[in-house]
Amino acid sequence: MVMAANKPRSGSFSRNFGAASSSVPSIPGLKHGPNGTMLLSSGIPDLDKILGGGLALGSLVMVMEDPEAPHHMLLLRNFMSQGLVHHQPLIYASPATDPRGFLGTLPNPMVSKDDKSRVHETEQEKGLRIAWQYKKYIGEHSSESHRDGKSEYCNDFDLRKPLERHFFSWKQIDCVSLKESADLAAFHERCSSFLSQANQNNGNITGGRIAIQSLCSPQCEYSNREWEMLSFIRSLKSVVRLSNAVAVVTFSPSLVSTTFSIRLQHLADTLVSVKAIPDEDKELAKLLTGYKDMVGLLSVHKVARFNTQVPTILETTTFSMKLQKRRSLVLECINQAPVDGATGSSYASSGSCSGSSKTGSFDF
Amino acid sequence: MANAPPSNLLDESLGDTSGVGRMILVEDCVETSGAFVVHHLLKRALHPHSSDAVVFLSFSHPFSHYDRVLRKMGCNLSVQRDNKRLLFFDMLALDHLDRDRGKTSEDILIALYGEVQKAVEVSRSYETRHHITVVIDDVSLMEVDANGSSDLVLDFLRYCCSLTAQFGCSLIALNHGDVYSIVDQPNLLLQLEYLADIVIKIEPLATGLAKDVHGQLTVTNRNLRVDSGKSRSRVHNFQFRIKDNSVEYFYPGSKT
Repeated sequence: MVMAANKPRSGSFSRNFGAASSSVPSIPGLKHGPNGTMLLSSGIPDLDKILGGGLALGSLVMVMEDPEAPHHMLLLRNFMSQGLVHHQPLIYASPATDPRGFLGTLPNPMVSKDDKSRVHETEQEKGLRIAWQYKKYIGEHSSESHRDGKSEYCNDFDLRKPLERHFFSWKQIDCVSLKESADLAAFHERCSSFLSQANQNNGNITGGRIAIQSLCSPQCEYSNREWEMLSFIRSLKSVVRLSNAVAVVTFSPSLVSTTFSIRLQHLADTLVSVKAIPDEDKELAKLLTGYKDMVGLLSVHKVARFNTQVPTILETTTFSMKLQKRRSLVLECINQAPVDGATGSSYASSGSCSGSSKTGSFDF
Repeated sequence: MANAPPSNLLDESLGDTSGVGRMILVEDCVETSGAFVVHHLLKRALHPHSSDAVVFLSFSHPFSHYDRVLRKMGCNLSVQRDNKRLLFFDMLALDHLDRDRGKTSEDILIALYGEVQKAVEVSRSYETRHHITVVIDDVSLMEVDANGSSDLVLDFLRYCCSLTAQFGCSLIALNHGDVYSIVDQPNLLLQLEYLADIVIKIEPLATGLAKDVHGQLTVTNRNLRVDSGKSRSRVHNFQFRIKDNSVEYFYPGSKT
């Protein structure tokens, strides 16, 4: 089931996993995952699919930032918005002086009419891009994404519209500025009391969310005390693990020593990195289809492995991040552009979901 | 001591573990986790034919995780814990209580060692128990708990090693190799490798991740006693594929 769910909108074969969606939400915003885990949505439908359904409750998700581009903010925004839409308690920390201001930039879910038309659009685009022999699978694919929308486990977000006010009126949103706090102990206290409150929610499982932006940024006083940060993450991990929440922490590996960065990567249950792509890279533009719409690359390094020892091996680990119609964030397999003059070679256009963006010319 | 007959390449390369006082070091990296080796060794130690007891120090996962994983492999940890054959220290929860009381990391580790020693002594007092295995998952998190003082961690491990001589324990420690790969000054990993009798190194394939081969394994078995009394080391190298109930081991290229 995990394998089937791994496929993003790759336009290739993908099994309809009806078994998974039959057991869906008794609780809004949560669903059952493999090995007795509960999943909540990352706010990006494609990322959920790649990670096998969503983020497991109790997991620590680390996002490695690109030092020069704010792509990690896209992930954080969708993650937080999705939580607010599901009325899940949220705690957000950032090195900014006024973290509450960030809430104003959260995206709004698309209305269902829009949603339908979007599915339709992708279908049409697919028809253009995908090799003709796979056309018959397209219908199947889009119906699946439509069903997901219906169950409202995961919304599509419109990045241009700010989140509507009535979502904020829901009780528990806590914002913390990491700039002021001299050490992380106080913040850790706050997180654990937040989690214990979220856990006591009349015995219902709701699924809280913790979002920490740019943990190691140099504005913070503790940023040169690496062991303190490590021990914070370690204790955060242990309280989150025993609760029904997910923590997403972004950090910039270039701001810390390599050893420290690897230690953080080991601590993460799910590890993702984002990278911007240069604006005018002609070589890359020639190699990849849809280069113009791409805003960056997302790589999945590690997928949470709870209650099992089997690693999740993805078909490909690098995906392109695109803003569809400048509104919604989608992740796609990287497709190499067909080589000029290679007439009739159906390989070139279809069998090209390569994991690496740097693959050279074809050697057939 | 009737251990189960060697059933796969890993068991073969480890040789006969009935001899007392051995330390096994498992090294892994971000791309490929070595947890499955720990699970395998844990299952082996708790095998119904053997009379071993296990003291498990878990820094990385709660008991429920190991319980579910091992149950799929055919080993019921809850029952073993009730039988007192498995003593499980959940350091995820324990650590918190101690830190609140304002103890230093040194105090915590000393107290922890006290617990381990007590557990080992209690286990020894049973007539039927011959052999005790101490498992640490994983050492790098222990270092975080010790606030980066690798000397403290090393002291702890040395004390545990001294138990092997005193009571006939074995020690199994998991650590992450890539954490130490950059620093060239003497580090914890080198010290651990020096202490260990068997080093199991887990790496991804050089060609990247694949669905049917999850990685490769290098077992360095030192101190093999040869008849002349000299010791020599032997290196085994093979690949593996992890499944829920078992792990397939095979030589490179021999997978059908």
